[in-house]
Order: sequence, then C-alpha cells, then structure tokens
Amino acid sequence: MSLSSRVLARMFRVDVPPWMEEPTRLGRLLKGVALVVICALVIYPFLIVLGTSLAPRQEIIDGGGFVLVPHHPTLEAYRVVLSGGVVARSAVVSIGITLVGTAASLVCTVMLAYGLSRPHTTGTRPILLLMLGTFLFAPGIIPSYLVVKQLGLLDSYAALVVPVLLNAFNVVVVRAFFQAIPDELIDAARIDGAGEVRILTRIVLPLSRAVLAVVALYYAVSYWNTFFNAILYLSDSSRWPLQVILRKYVIQGDSMTATALGVQTLPPSQSLQMAVLVIAIVPIAAVYPFLQKYFVRGVLTGAVKG
Amino acid sequence: MTASARADEATPATPTRTETRRRTARGRRVPLRARLRKDRTLLFLCLPGLLYFVLFYYLPLAGNVIAFQDYQPFLGFRGSQFVGLTNFTELLTDADFWSAVRNTLEITVLQLVLYFPAPIGLALLLNSMLGSRIKRFVQTVVYLPHFLSWVVVVAMFGQVLGGAGSITTLLRDHGVDIGNVMADPDTFKLLVTSQVIWKDTGWATIIFLAAMTAIDLDLYESAACDGAGRWRRMWHITLPGIRAVTLMLLILRLGDILSVGFEQLILQRDAVGAGTSEVIDTFVYYHGVIGGDWGMSTAAGLMKGVIGVALIVAANKLAHHLGEQGVYQK
Repeated sequence: MSLSSRVLARMFRVDVPPWMEEPTRLGRLLKGVALVVICALVIYPFLIVLGTSLAPRQEIIDGGGFVLVPHHPTLEAYRVVLSGGVVARSAVVSIGITLVGTAASLVCTVMLAYGLSRPHTTGTRPILLLMLGTFLFAPGIIPSYLVVKQLGLLDSYAALVVPVLLNAFNVVVVRAFFQAIPDELIDAARIDGAGEVRILTRIVLPLSRAVLAVVALYYAVSYWNTFFNAILYLSDSSRWPLQVILRKYVIQGDSMTATALGVQTLPPSQSLQMAVLVIAIVPIAAVYPFLQKYFVRGVLTGAVKG
Repeated sequence: MTASARADEATPATPTRTETRRRTARGRRVPLRARLRKDRTLLFLCLPGLLYFVLFYYLPLAGNVIAFQDYQPFLGFRGSQFVGLTNFTELLTDADFWSAVRNTLEITVLQLVLYFPAPIGLALLLNSMLGSRIKRFVQTVVYLPHFLSWVVVVAMFGQVLGGAGSITTLLRDHGVDIGNVMADPDTFKLLVTSQVIWKDTGWATIIFLAAMTAIDLDLYESAACDGAGRWRRMWHITLPGIRAVTLMLLILRLGDILSVGFEQLILQRDAVGAGTSEVIDTFVYYHGVIGGDWGMSTAAGLMKGVIGVALIVAANKLAHHLGEQGVYQK
C-alpha cells in the first residue's frame, strides 16, 4: 500500500509532506467514488444532449426520445437548423451582439478603470464612489425599462448592449490590476514624454492581458446568454437572439416547422431541439478551457485583493 | 464588492501628499480648475463609464417616484398623478403579492440550507486531493455549468428529468414512476434549488479553495506532530481558516435574500403555474410590464430594494459585532 501511494505520488508529481499519514484504502475509495459521481452528474446531461442531436430518426424512436451514444451519427439536424431559418438568424444576432457588446464593454471598462486607477487625480474620487454605490442596489425592472424607452432604444439591438455595458465588479477587478503595475514604470514613460493615452495603450494594456482575457470572457458570456433583456426590450421576433429562440422551441416546445427553417423535410424534432441547444453551448465550451487558468486568477484578484 | 469597498479604505492618498499636490512650491493653493485641467485626459476616460452608471443605475433610482404615482405611460412622470402611499397599501392587501413573498422566502431558505454548504463540502474534498492533475480535471468539469445560460440549464434539466427525459424513462422502465418532475408544483422549489446546485456549486468553490490555500501549511504540520488526525486538522485548522470568507458570503446572500432566480423562474412558470413559481421579481415583471399596473409593481420592487439594503447593512453590523471583518468597514 505504501508502495502504491508512492507510485501514485510520482505519477502525479506530488510532494507528500512527511508528516501526512497514509490515506486509508476506504478513504481513498470513498473520495474516488464521490468525485466520479460528481463529474458524472455534471457531464451526463451534456452527453445526452449531444448524443440525441447526432442521432438518426430510427435510433431516437428505439431509444424512446433520446440517445446517449448514436451508432450512426448524422449531422442532418445541424445542417437543417443552420441552413438559413429562424435559428440561423438568431445565431447570427447572438454572435453580432456578443462581438460588438464585448468590444464596447471592454473599451469602456478599461477607460474607466484606468481613469480611476491613477493616484492623486482630482475629481475621480466621486466617480469611484458613485460606481461602488451601485453594488448596494439593483435598478428596478420597471424604472430601467422606462429609461430604455425614453432613450428610444426599445426594439433595437442597442437595447441588448447599452443597458448592460458596464459591470462595476469587472471595473474593480481591472482597476485593481492596473494599480498593481509599478508606479516607476509609468513615471518613466511620463518622463519620456508619453501622455496618459499612450501610457495606457503601450504600457498598461500589454501588461494586463490576463485580466483583460478574464473580463472579456465574463462580458462575452453574459452577452451570449442574454435572455431577459431580449424579451423585455424586443417585441420584434425577427431580432430575437438565440436564447429566446431556444426557449421558444425547446422549453416551450413549439415545433419547428419546415417553413420556419426554410427546408423541405425535417429530421426528428428531438434532434433538432438538441442541435439548437448544442449550438447555444458550443461557443462557451470551446473558449472556456483556454481561459481557465486566467479566470481563477481574475476572480481572486477581484475578491481577495480588491 | 468586499474587496472594492475594502480597497477604498486603503487607497486614499495620505493627506500630506494630497496636500502638497494641491499647493504650488510657494505654498499657494492650486485652483480647482487648474487641477481639473491637468487631469482632463483621465477624467475624459471616465466619462462614458460615469454616464453609464448615472443613466442606468441612478436615473432608474429616481424613476422609483412612480411607486407613489398613478402612473400612466402616455402621461409620463410629470403628467401622472401623485397618490401618496396608495400603491403600497394596495400592494400589502394583494393576496398574489403575499404568495410571491412566501415563495421567495421558501426558495431562499431551501437555497441557504441545501445550496450554501455545497461548495464548502466540494472545496474540502478538492482541497484534500494531492493529485493535481485529477484535481484540475475535476475543477474544469464542475466550473463549466456556471457559464451556461438559464435557458440552456432548464432545457437540459427537461431533457433529463422531464416527462420523456432520460432518467425519468430509465426509472419508469425499472418500475419507479416519478412522473414529470419539471411540471410538478409540489416539488418545484426543490427542483429549482437542485438546478442552482448543479449550475453554481463548482464555481462557488473557487473562493473557498483560495481561502484554504492561504492557510499556513506549518499549522497543519505542527497539528500533525501534536497527534491531530485528518478530521481534527480539518475541524481545527481548515474550517476556522475559511470562517471569514464564509461569513462574508453569507452576508452577501442575506442582502440578496429577496432575489431568487429571476430568469430561472420565468422560464419554468408556464410548466408549474404562478402559484408556486411567482417570486417578488417575477411579480413586478408580470404585474407591471405585462399587466400594466406600473405604480403598484414599482412599489413592490422599491420595497424589495430597500429591505435588501437594510439587510446587508444589518448583517454587516452583526459581523463586526462578532469580531469579523464583514463586507465593508465602518
């Protein structure tokens, strides 16, 4: 037993401190079972959704409406869904909102965070307090709706971006990161004649890639997941983003007709629904592993260091 | 939030330095206008952000005046008649509102009891693992659901637990009929809580794991030398080590006690009915924006907001009383 744990330790390159006792066999077993169960609970729904979206009609009928592992996978459902009907259009809307929104949010966040990060600046303290004050309350649904209406943003794509342009938490995270950049570096640039904007773009931003990646991920995810603001502000269904379409066809169970999708014959409705669901998940699942090492650090910068 | 508020206590420049900045070499005060002109680039950078927070946080705050009006959209704020507290009295005698309050509190209590401890348990489990590769893999898996939208989560739950869901069918084939859990009003609140657990437990471990990493390893070593086993070390070192963070999160949760899963509940309202799924936030939406009863539902939203702020201030006071740091300093 002591041999096996030494082998394990070497395999995973862990230093076991000398004072730590050997884990009991039962303890190790229980821990392993717990972890497997937890991971299975998380992964299983993904597999069911993916499997069903790829399954041909006969296998779905045999499986009673869902398939975990299709034997003859087909991309028919994806081809139909993406061939130019409502789903394809809403996906394009979502992609557009996400790209434009993330860029706009990131630029404004960086500007505000930098403006608030330099010490001894006249006039920025009230702005900082104003921003931190927003942590204490959420704007009410109805007053927010009325503001958006007064600004003439109802039924425009801007209504999905402008009202959620900034997140005070993200500004705080970026500001903390900027403040951690040594003053000497910035003073040196200033002595060399660089103005604030040049210091920001040439020195501060290149040093802040990690935190910018995290914050961009947060913004992008929130834009991609936009749902309530879309049903609140957009009554024109041709402008609906993917999440609203997903609700209509998958949760509310409206059936996707051939005309809505712009095709002649339809694959089984289950695989169509699951294909839409996969399309809503894929961008997140694809970007996320690359950013994982950054975002844990980002969360902690915000939470612990402030 | 914590952070920010605390950072602010730390950041203000020492008075002497600020003072020197405000004066010239000869000791004359630099006029405010000149100082603002010197920092105009930085102020200009703040402008879009400032505008945003004023427009979408503080202006709506002022917009709460319609809670005291018989608000008519075509008359606007100015044209609508002031009615004093009528909206509030109407609200407090509305049976639907009290049902929404009850549902909100029931869901909150379930989440506090079942969801709140879950990430602590998972973090303890992850923290006890030495194999960093397995640990990282598990972390990658359990963080993922946090990034999914509620629409996706609810749709996935339907696929697994709905009337024709895979688990439902599997159980039925083995003689256990659980019916359609997704449309059962009796168990709906448990379902909602389990969805929150599935989505956010993993993500919430991050902050606990960080707190555990910050604990001095020497403490464990000396405890081990004194003969404390694994469980005693957990009880006397790890848990006290995450006490401050736990209390802070609990306070934040208390301030949010009246907000429970807004999108999550809107999405499932059709399936289980308003009787069990209506909470204060959805009440405001359905009675105001959909039903057109603007004044009364704004009153509901305002009351919720005021109670939330009061709760967070009170909870923070309590934390200071108990000798903890709390969310912000006095």
